[in-house]
Amino acid sequence: MARNVSTQRKLVTTAIAWTIGILIFFPILWTFLTSFKTEAQAIASPPAFLFFDWTTENYFEVQSRSDYFKHFMNSVVVSFGSTLLGLLIAIPSAWAMAFAPTKRTKDVLMWMLSTKMMPPVGVLVPMYLIFRNTGLLDTRSGLVMVLTLINLPIIIWMLYTYFKEIPGEILEAARMDGASLAKEIIYVLTPMAIPGIASTLLLNIILAWNEAFWTLNLSAAKAAPLTAFIASYSSPEGLFYAKLSAASTMAIAPILILGWFSQKQLVRGLTFGAVK
Amino acid sequence: MNLRTFLLGTCSAVALAGLAQAETLTIATVNNGDMIRMQKLTDDFTSKNPDIQLEWVTLEENVLRQRVTTDIATKGGQYDIMTIGTYEVPIWAKQGWLLPLDKLGPDYDVDDLLPAIRSGLTVDDKLYAAPFYGESSMVMYRKDLFEKAGLTMPDAPNWEFIADAARKITDKNNEIYGICLRGKAGWGENMAFLTATANAFGARWFDENWKPQFDQPEWKNALDFYVKLMNDAGPPGASSNGFNENLSLFQTGKCGMWIDATVAASFVTNPKESTVADKVGFALAPDTGLGKRGNWLWAWSLGIPAGSQKADAAQKFIAWATSKDYLKLVAEKEGWANVPPGTRKSLYENPEYQKAAPFAKATLESINSADPKNPAVKPVPYVGVQFVAIPEFQGLGTAVGQVFSAALAGQMSVDQALASAQQLTTREMTKAGYIK
Repeated sequence: MARNVSTQRKLVTTAIAWTIGILIFFPILWTFLTSFKTEAQAIASPPAFLFFDWTTENYFEVQSRSDYFKHFMNSVVVSFGSTLLGLLIAIPSAWAMAFAPTKRTKDVLMWMLSTKMMPPVGVLVPMYLIFRNTGLLDTRSGLVMVLTLINLPIIIWMLYTYFKEIPGEILEAARMDGASLAKEIIYVLTPMAIPGIASTLLLNIILAWNEAFWTLNLSAAKAAPLTAFIASYSSPEGLFYAKLSAASTMAIAPILILGWFSQKQLVRGLTFGAVK
Repeated sequence: MNLRTFLLGTCSAVALAGLAQAETLTIATVNNGDMIRMQKLTDDFTSKNPDIQLEWVTLEENVLRQRVTTDIATKGGQYDIMTIGTYEVPIWAKQGWLLPLDKLGPDYDVDDLLPAIRSGLTVDDKLYAAPFYGESSMVMYRKDLFEKAGLTMPDAPNWEFIADAARKITDKNNEIYGICLRGKAGWGENMAFLTATANAFGARWFDENWKPQFDQPEWKNALDFYVKLMNDAGPPGASSNGFNENLSLFQTGKCGMWIDATVAASFVTNPKESTVADKVGFALAPDTGLGKRGNWLWAWSLGIPAGSQKADAAQKFIAWATSKDYLKLVAEKEGWANVPPGTRKSLYENPEYQKAAPFAKATLESINSADPKNPAVKPVPYVGVQFVAIPEFQGLGTAVGQVFSAALAGQMSVDQALASAQQLTTREMTKAGYIK
């Protein structure tokens, strides 16, 4: 039975939730507003919140200076490519660890996660040399590979926790009915874990979309994704806050929209298995 | 078809294929106004050189530096032209990472380059990078506030006058601060300003035997003076202000004086961006009577990494972008005030430029008086006014910058900051083998 909650309490919690929500969202809102100001208005003090002469000139300027679509396509290929490749590797590995664990499974999981604990700059030079020697510098395939590798531990961990929630007996039953291993994974396990896989997919697309260390360091002109697009508007000598904001808004808009439409899946996946 | 026709046909096909396969130069650059303008004007270059295409990689300064350093150190060969500063050029040239620019063409007139800038980019009598724009530092001040306070700025002020004027102008109730100076930690941020200023106070980073000098009275005087002045007459939160933050403060009328890069002059006098455009005056960076002014020297320059396979085409582009004709081209399209400053003598002799740029005289004098080979009052073993041209300086400068920034923020005393700077510099220099 649901608890009785007084109206007053409801109001207070709603107010707190909204305040926290707005606080978290405020930097993005401010970036969005600044992108419609002139450079002079962007640094005005006190700053204008809504009452200024709205202009779209920054967007035109940004588009005329850099090829947004090229960077956008690179971001799409790199983030979707790395996530899908990651899932292809991670689903069988997570299956193995969840349903056929050995004495060392926990250690392997921990070891995989430990690769995330190292600062990436520590392996920049070796990685750069490998990329140079294999001709992968400034290629989309190179970036797909490196982002797959860095996000793989997270994908495996997430899938592992989802798979653990699925009763092994169902898989056993499938096996009894004569399903092969591949069929068991494709037709039984995967459909049951769809919410988990969907949220892993979404979260990793977001992570790969925003990844700014490797994508900046291993790309130059051809494979540069939107992170490089934003970085090109940051200036050590000169105030281009409005243009930088326009570039940032353009860079985050696609992923924000994707997140907005798929938030149901995201939340469902993240809380999947929370209630038993 | 006889043999002759066949051979002729083959030859022309090969020639056509060669033509069609235009060389693409990848250029790494920073997002500064002059560089962006160059990107817009490159049609002039590509129409004269149809066999060369250009691809730009624009990055934030620190990202660019890391990116370019990794590429050049590993001979990655991603870039054919790199935008680098006077700090990198001597170090990289000595490492053999840059190609000497010896094919800039007969019309280039290398003797027209400003001697101070040219010398900063020359190693063993060879030019390793061509300056795209050069800068020094100078005082920018509000003539209206000076007049109101009954003060007159001399052409070549000293620090005592600057400090006195800053305190008189400050009106914290109306958010007017006498002086805005860099405080944000970083070797290219607060340490560029403080190293150059310390030179005027008789201080130096190292003695002739590479022993750090932060335990000497000159550094104490300089840092003490800076911290006290900023506490009395600087804006709140100055320890997080760099070039851009001070630029925005000055443009919105909150600073009486600002001592920083000469390139800022064109921003603060631009009525589209600045609310004080018609009220700005210029003077040389201050001294303390010891014979050195705290004005630095920097040139964003174009160099070719040793790994580039397209050195000839790259030299052609560099010759175009740093030529006298390029300056004329910018003047035609965007006006004389927007011409990249600080590289060529002929620009400063041009009456049209002098008319359009009220800051021309102060800029030229500042650049000419900076001496990277003898930056301090006492002798030093290094080159560089606002930096020490050794590979270790990026890390050292930033670490020392952090403790000095903490002193400005009041998190530690000036003595503690200097002791800490001395200790960490001694440790690093010993580790690097400078101190035996």
